[in-house]
Amino acid sequence: MNIPRASTQGALSPLDVEAVRRDFPALHQQVNDRPLVYLDSGASSQKPEQVIEALNNYERHDHSNVHRGVHTLSQRATEAYEASRTKVQQFINARSVKEVVFTRGTTEAINLVAQSYGRAKLQSDDEILITEMEHHANIVPWQLLCEQTGAKLKVVPFDDTGVLEMSRLKDQLTEKTRIVAVTHVSNALGTVNPVGQIIQLAHDAGAVVLVDGAQAIPHGPVDVTALECDFYAFSGHKVYGPTGIGVLYGRESLLEDMPPWQGGGDMIKTVSFDETTYNDLPYKFEAGTPHIAGAIGLGAAVDYVTALGSDCIAAHEHQLINYATERANAEKDMHIFGQAPVKAGILSFALDGIHPHDIGTILDQEGVAIRTGHHCAMPVMTHYGVSATARASFGPYNTIDDIDVLFRAMDKVREMFRQ
Amino acid sequence: MTELRDLYQAVILDHNNNPRNYGKLTLANRHAEGVNPLCGDQVNVFFRLGDDVSVKEVGFEGRGCAICMASASIMTETVKHLSVVQADQYVTAFCSLAVGENSDFTGRLDLSTLNILAGVKAYPARIKCATLAWHTARSALSKGGASVTTET
Repeated sequence: MNIPRASTQGALSPLDVEAVRRDFPALHQQVNDRPLVYLDSGASSQKPEQVIEALNNYERHDHSNVHRGVHTLSQRATEAYEASRTKVQQFINARSVKEVVFTRGTTEAINLVAQSYGRAKLQSDDEILITEMEHHANIVPWQLLCEQTGAKLKVVPFDDTGVLEMSRLKDQLTEKTRIVAVTHVSNALGTVNPVGQIIQLAHDAGAVVLVDGAQAIPHGPVDVTALECDFYAFSGHKVYGPTGIGVLYGRESLLEDMPPWQGGGDMIKTVSFDETTYNDLPYKFEAGTPHIAGAIGLGAAVDYVTALGSDCIAAHEHQLINYATERANAEKDMHIFGQAPVKAGILSFALDGIHPHDIGTILDQEGVAIRTGHHCAMPVMTHYGVSATARASFGPYNTIDDIDVLFRAMDKVREMFRQ
Repeated sequence: MTELRDLYQAVILDHNNNPRNYGKLTLANRHAEGVNPLCGDQVNVFFRLGDDVSVKEVGFEGRGCAICMASASIMTETVKHLSVVQADQYVTAFCSLAVGENSDFTGRLDLSTLNILAGVKAYPARIKCATLAWHTARSALSKGGASVTTET
């Protein structure tokens, strides 16, 4: 992910943000009698009309099961479903549609790799290397795999600014390392990790790499071929698409070699009680009727992001995070978790003596939606000795004004607590 | 902000800043831990019960939001010197009050202090913050100290 550097205040956004905002109906509402300021895209982004319309159109006119019927609706559904796969393939620059597996989301994609690739390939005393800043979805599947295979989990720490300690990563990569699983962008810190470099190091050590791209995909261009990663996972609902749909990119030669994870319809060629033969990629990994509407909605979301330009979204969000960081640094009672030199649009913070949940409730009364809690990254909380943080995360529809509203609302928080 | 002040009353902020009966009891003979896995709030509640099965000493420690900490503090003040049966009645009464309902004990117990926390009923996402310490107390007193979670 290449995030252009931009100056902050007064800089012209590369996006026509007002036009973008008009595309997102959910943004135009009052919450607690205040105009909604949505700063929780890191948890789930809002959907543009184009995605809502694609979902609506499919459900109203084209719904049927895919890959089965000879009738017109089934063909329409199949065409739309497969067209979405092609859109995703082009969006992440995979070499082939065979490398694009639809899943329920990032979590399922990671579990698929752990249970299919991992169980087939790992043995006792093999090692899996993850990082201290992973989301639980990129920790627990590997812990389960370790329990099942006897493999050992190793963890690369990050420093107090939220930067991965690459020297420790190099030390911990050994001939025993079989899998490296690392997040592209930390959901709790905003850190953009040098995944290209990590992939090279891991490959030199003979390990395959899974990149958790849930937070990276919405915030800038991703090219899996240029990255040379083995697996890349992301979710639809963080990139302006629906929930319940996600993608596992896998290198074709690896996917080809992996056993199916779940069995059922669609993933087979022939079934008899003596022998079942499995379908070709990517269907081998798509057992059962998929989330057809979700895939079609994701395709529309990919079209939308492509039309805005991932580079432009990244540059816009960079302006927002720089501005928010400057403002936060000017507040004596505010602490930022994650001050990496390269960050996506995520500001994780605390206020002296005020718990993040209380901040979240008071901001909500001001119409400002943020996330509070451990962000499913409890080891990150442990690193800083806190149980929770407050997190504002940005999308292409957010503005400098939104950040000003956030900081005005923070004054209300202080007013409430410091009488 | 007026409504918010119902939630964050001065008394609640005072309990949050200066929690009563805070700390582990060295002579505790009952203990339970309560967690809210969704947000990371955690409380440990300790009791020393006398031979007459009443609360001689109570203490808590943990971390959480102002509502969670204040509610835990108020809980300890409420149940101190009560019998286990009476304490359990207060747990029932409080958990009903937090969701804006009456319980069998509502008219029979003095709930004036607990009413300070009644504002939480307007914030559904925060009710679990208020009830965590009370459920944990009940577990310590009557369920053999099984861990309590807000998500079951």
